[in-house]
Amino acid sequence: MNYVVLILGMALITWVIRAAVFVLGDRLVFPPLVRTALGFVPVTVLTAIIVPMAVSPHGADAGAELTWRNPQLVGALAAVAASALTRRPLVTIAIGLAVFFVWQCVVLR
Amino acid sequence: MTRSNHLKEFTAGARDIIPMMIGAAPFGVIYGTLVASGPLQLWHGQLMSLVVFAGSAQFIALGLIAGHASFAVIWATTLVVNLRHVLYSATLAPHVAHLPARWRWALGALLTDEVFAVAWEHYRHREPGTVGPHYFFGAGLAMYLNWQCWTIAGLLFGAAFPGLQSLGLDFAMVATFIAIVVPQLVALRYIAAAVTAGTLAFLWQAWPYKLGLLAAVFAGVVVGVLLSTPGLRSRRSRRSAEASR
Repeated sequence: MNYVVLILGMALITWVIRAAVFVLGDRLVFPPLVRTALGFVPVTVLTAIIVPMAVSPHGADAGAELTWRNPQLVGALAAVAASALTRRPLVTIAIGLAVFFVWQCVVLR
Repeated sequence: MTRSNHLKEFTAGARDIIPMMIGAAPFGVIYGTLVASGPLQLWHGQLMSLVVFAGSAQFIALGLIAGHASFAVIWATTLVVNLRHVLYSATLAPHVAHLPARWRWALGALLTDEVFAVAWEHYRHREPGTVGPHYFFGAGLAMYLNWQCWTIAGLLFGAAFPGLQSLGLDFAMVATFIAIVVPQLVALRYIAAAVTAGTLAFLWQAWPYKLGLLAAVFAGVVVGVLLSTPGLRSRRSRRSAEASR
């Protein structure tokens, strides 16, 4: 019972954080500086999520693995190259995944 | 718009998020496994996935519950860990502002990292107010159902999948995010912002409660804004020069 209260509280907090700006919507007008800043959110946040995953796949304690023996890093670099050359999401994802799995299963065997 | 168009948009959203669904699978299973080995009942674990639907917050809550943290600490942590979602909703807000409130509540509930990335990719080429909610909803609902399935799998059979983490399925998320980010790096200010955020996120990844991520994003955004300002200023001064002529 207690845990149910805890979980529902977490749900409420999460929902309000995610939906508040949506729901305030029309009443909320961002000044130009904030709008400029928000334009940088997608590239920064998505990069900030994936760089640690690719560079130190075994966590912060294991540290940086800047070596060709790190399949996450090799796959990520392949995906970056594929995206820069083709700009096509599906091609990028396919090449990135293929390089990653081939690297992990064949090259490093 | 017709109903079949709605369905087409919905299906497109669900389809475009498939790589993210693969990427989330190991996390769902590991989460379920952790619940099964902790103080919560199995149905508590599923309830959390059903109503919270936030991977990192759920993982951290499990750790805090196991450490007998007070509810206030767990709620405050949930707040901090999920703060980045404010940035997501602020970024997408112009594109949902024209929708009825019930849609905005529903889409907000589904707004995870992955759903944000996919929805943003869909919206960014379009004028705000011209796109309905169905694509976003399709992506969010697919991700939601996927999270429920993998949670159940982890709760029931988690012990049967040791070494799931070492498979590296989460790389699907890395590849998809790269596919979204790289085409947006069209000017130096975007590249500088992304490099700053990526480097600092790596250096600060050990900070608790995803605060390192948040700080890195903040720093990257500041760099982007600073590099944008001279351009704005010269454009403004050009405009005022034209006006005075």
